[in-house]
Amino acid sequence: MTTGNCYILKFDSKQEIALETKQLKIFYDEYEAISAADLQIPRFKITALIGASGSGKSTFLRSLNRMNDGIASVQGQIWYRDLDLNSREIDVYAMRRQIGMVFQRPNPFPKSIYENITFALERHGITDKKELDERVETALRQAALWDEVKDKLNKSALALSGGQAQRLCIARAIALKPDILLLDEPASALDPISTAQLEETLINLKQQYTIVIVTHNLPQAARISDYTAHFSQGVVVEFNGTTETFTQPKIALTNEYVSGDFG
Amino acid sequence: MDKIRASILTPSRSSKLERRGKWLSLLCLGSICIVVIAIFGFITYRGLATFTTDHVSLSKFLTGTDWNPSVSKSGAPLVGALPMIAGSFLITILATALAIPFAIGTALMMTDVTPKTGTRILQPVLELLVGIPSVVYGFVGLTVVVPAMRNIFGGSGFGILSGTFVLFVMVLPTITSMTVDALTSVPKSFRYASLALGATRWQTIYKVVLRSATPGILTAIVFGMARAFGEALAVQMVVGNATLMPYSLVAPASTLTSVLTTGIGNTVMGTAQNDALWSLALILLIMSLTFNLAIHLIANRGSLKR
Repeated sequence: MTTGNCYILKFDSKQEIALETKQLKIFYDEYEAISAADLQIPRFKITALIGASGSGKSTFLRSLNRMNDGIASVQGQIWYRDLDLNSREIDVYAMRRQIGMVFQRPNPFPKSIYENITFALERHGITDKKELDERVETALRQAALWDEVKDKLNKSALALSGGQAQRLCIARAIALKPDILLLDEPASALDPISTAQLEETLINLKQQYTIVIVTHNLPQAARISDYTAHFSQGVVVEFNGTTETFTQPKIALTNEYVSGDFG
Repeated sequence: MDKIRASILTPSRSSKLERRGKWLSLLCLGSICIVVIAIFGFITYRGLATFTTDHVSLSKFLTGTDWNPSVSKSGAPLVGALPMIAGSFLITILATALAIPFAIGTALMMTDVTPKTGTRILQPVLELLVGIPSVVYGFVGLTVVVPAMRNIFGGSGFGILSGTFVLFVMVLPTITSMTVDALTSVPKSFRYASLALGATRWQTIYKVVLRSATPGILTAIVFGMARAFGEALAVQMVVGNATLMPYSLVAPASTLTSVLTTGIGNTVMGTAQNDALWSLALILLIMSLTFNLAIHLIANRGSLKR
């Protein structure tokens, strides 16, 4: 363990970077929820954000695709394809097509399973029936839901179980073929079996997508992620490979958190 | 028997009180039911007298266009209620149709567009609109709307159109506040989900929020219609009270309620003129039951959970 307060891994040029924050600060009114986070999100990897409740990891995640607009004030830069997403010129709607998000509680629309997926596609101008069908099937297959719902695509999505509904939400997000998928504690409302299915889905998805996942479940972070960032009181105290973070943490705070000595 | 067993077996004071309370509330419920049933029974009994004792045929009553209960023709009084029925429906549909876009727009302002300022300004406005007595609306209609109609369309200014404008203001708060309820009951998570998929705010409002709230908004509209249909005083003050078919929106006309309020004091109980008014009341009652039924049907069929 080093004597410093923080350890943030920087990638060399061999690893492609999907997203990078520079001096990202997030305020709720006066309260500083995130202070100066510098984080590189590697492409085609799963990056887990862990930390105690209130450490700011969800706030950080939601800022990455500007879902905090109007809720919190976000300062600093979020670099994506040489563009600063946190600037005025960015069309947030077009940007969110590239950076999708799945929430803590499954939130399918009160529409049919099919319409849940085509909703966003149609909004973005895809109206060809054949292409829609294709996209729906591909997305459902990628989300490992196809076999369970292929015969009831026109049934209400509200009839799905929690785990199925969450996989539908993932399918809905990846049907847009985004670059990056942000997941905010996607398994916290699911039972262990559904969680296992979801984790398997995510591991398969990482071949094509960059995934950032907030989780309270440390074993889950250890199981599925390649890199782990530990948030504590609004600061990224450690960011490193998942194995390193969990087995040889460089920062005392992280050691306490991952070994359960916390609080 | 030991003390504890005894205390458990004998009914305590509070359990007796509880039973008494239960009977008391049941009594209240029962008496209200009796009142409602009595009103229904009475109106039905009196309303049917036109057809039983005065020998008016139902079809003549519903389709006849001459309303002159004091005149008898071929053994039955001239009671064709179609002008009033048409007037009531026309004024209700026009006022509600006019109010719907305003109500939905206002409600969206309060829930989605600018929730904070929208609610801060519009909530008190709506509450004020609800609180104004209908006679005041009628009076304003009489002094502002009727002369305006007279200046624009000529004639007397009294008529369906004036009634429509007055009723529009009166049903607006009803429809708006119920639409607000319907919109706020759409979970925030639907909105986030839609935005996170890259849908714009307008797409989110139109395709997700309004779609999910449709049953609630329909209920709001039916409530507004029920209120418009039943409103008597304000309408009576501006509609002109001529029992003629409303062929023109700016010619004096009448509604079921306006004929009732103007006529009921001038007739003698048990006469054909009086019976005819009761029949109008019966139609009003049936209509309000229909509105209620519609509300229940919409609420049941359209609920989010399937």
